[in-house]
Amino acid sequence: MHIPDGFIDLPTSLAFIAVSAVGVGVALKGAKSELSDKTAPLAGLATVFIFAAQMINFPVAAGTSGHLLGGALAAILIGPWAATLSISIVLILQALLFADGGLTAIGLNVFNLSLVGVWASYAIFLIVKRILPSNKKAIPVAAFIAALIQVPIAASSFVFQYAIGSVATIPVSTVFTAMFSTHVLIGIGEGLITALTISAVLATRSDLVYGYRGQGKKLEIKSSVRSNS
Amino acid sequence: MIPTAPVGQAKSKHQHHHGHDVGERLYIHRHTPIHALSPALKIASLLFFLFVVVATPITYWLSYIIFFALIISVILVAKLPLLTVFKRSLIEIPFILFAVLMPFFGTGESFLFLNFTIYEEGLLAAAAIVAKGTIGVLGAITLSATSTAKDILQGLERLKLPSLMVNIATFSLRYINVVSDEMDRMKVARQSRGFEARGVRDWKILGSAAAALFIRSYERGERVHLAMLSRGFSGNLPKLATEAISQRDLLMALSLPITALVLSLLDRLVI
Repeated sequence: MHIPDGFIDLPTSLAFIAVSAVGVGVALKGAKSELSDKTAPLAGLATVFIFAAQMINFPVAAGTSGHLLGGALAAILIGPWAATLSISIVLILQALLFADGGLTAIGLNVFNLSLVGVWASYAIFLIVKRILPSNKKAIPVAAFIAALIQVPIAASSFVFQYAIGSVATIPVSTVFTAMFSTHVLIGIGEGLITALTISAVLATRSDLVYGYRGQGKKLEIKSSVRSNS
Repeated sequence: MIPTAPVGQAKSKHQHHHGHDVGERLYIHRHTPIHALSPALKIASLLFFLFVVVATPITYWLSYIIFFALIISVILVAKLPLLTVFKRSLIEIPFILFAVLMPFFGTGESFLFLNFTIYEEGLLAAAAIVAKGTIGVLGAITLSATSTAKDILQGLERLKLPSLMVNIATFSLRYINVVSDEMDRMKVARQSRGFEARGVRDWKILGSAAAALFIRSYERGERVHLAMLSRGFSGNLPKLATEAISQRDLLMALSLPITALVLSLLDRLVI
């Protein structure tokens, strides 16, 4: 569920459309220089993966279940540039096809999830990875912390927009407390799912994990086999 | 493995199709002027209309009656089943719940209702959120029910969404059913081995499934890229086909937002 039309006033919505357009524009350049002509198929299939992964139900307790949001997962798996594009497209398609999130609020939603969410999680991931010993086991731990923290950060970004341009009368402090506390809980789930998924990808195809790039063992070609004996 | 041919591509070559294609499950096939309208115009018209709605304060009740009348008449002209439209609009329930809380918060004028203090300011804000949100949801539902997903992408391309974004979106719509079918097969495989997700303890299995899904999606992306290269892909995809926009279509598309704008301005300035 994303911000609908008319929840935040028009000037704020327009301002965030401008900010998000610039952010996505920069990400387009970044992704192109990194992936070149591979961008469309790879980011396209990564977007499909996020869509599909959001459909996997993770049971919590007593009949409730949650699902993955995917911002941190995408950032760590395919890199923040392509992740920004993927999450933005998920949001645009959700708004246009499923009426999830208002069309006039698209800038607000893209800002919170594909700019703040993706980049906050990637920054936290890099910081935690630097603090931890540099081995493979550190990656899921860093992913857990990044995914956990980015959820309340993205929620706070929403509260920031609410504070600037809300038409609602519920006090900002009340909204902040409610949003922050629930999203810390959601973040714990998100962190666990993200870490479990990343560690499973690391176990089989560690070369596909963007956040682990260049850290794997270099393959050596050994030439000591005597073939002509 | 050979790159999977995008399902539905052969089908969509026909002008006339009935919405069973990939990513087209939302499309409701009818022969109406709304369905026939160029998707770019439809998106632009809806966006313009919604900006008019969002810019109008809720205290102009008459304007809101007009906005609702307009969007409902579009739904009726498009011959969309009202029950389906209603079911799809349930997506906005969380925000309606938020709005229900609002009359209990506010400052200034208030009155007592069943021993609860109701603030007029809060009541108005709640009405604004529900009214604007509902019009937005009805608009988006009308768009996706009267245009195929492919048409919407074509519209976005025409409205100058960067081509790389359009391409990524095209790939994702083309492969969404392939990947979600793959996910379903994995689910059936897990269940046939006796797995049932009950609680947090089972998350490890589900995480591995998500990981497998990612690896398969990524590898499919790589195969698709290689298949494209072998067919002479040089970095640019051909534009999605677009037809010329007639003046009649332009007028029809503009009629929705212009009517809304003119009548709401009249409401504000005259009455």
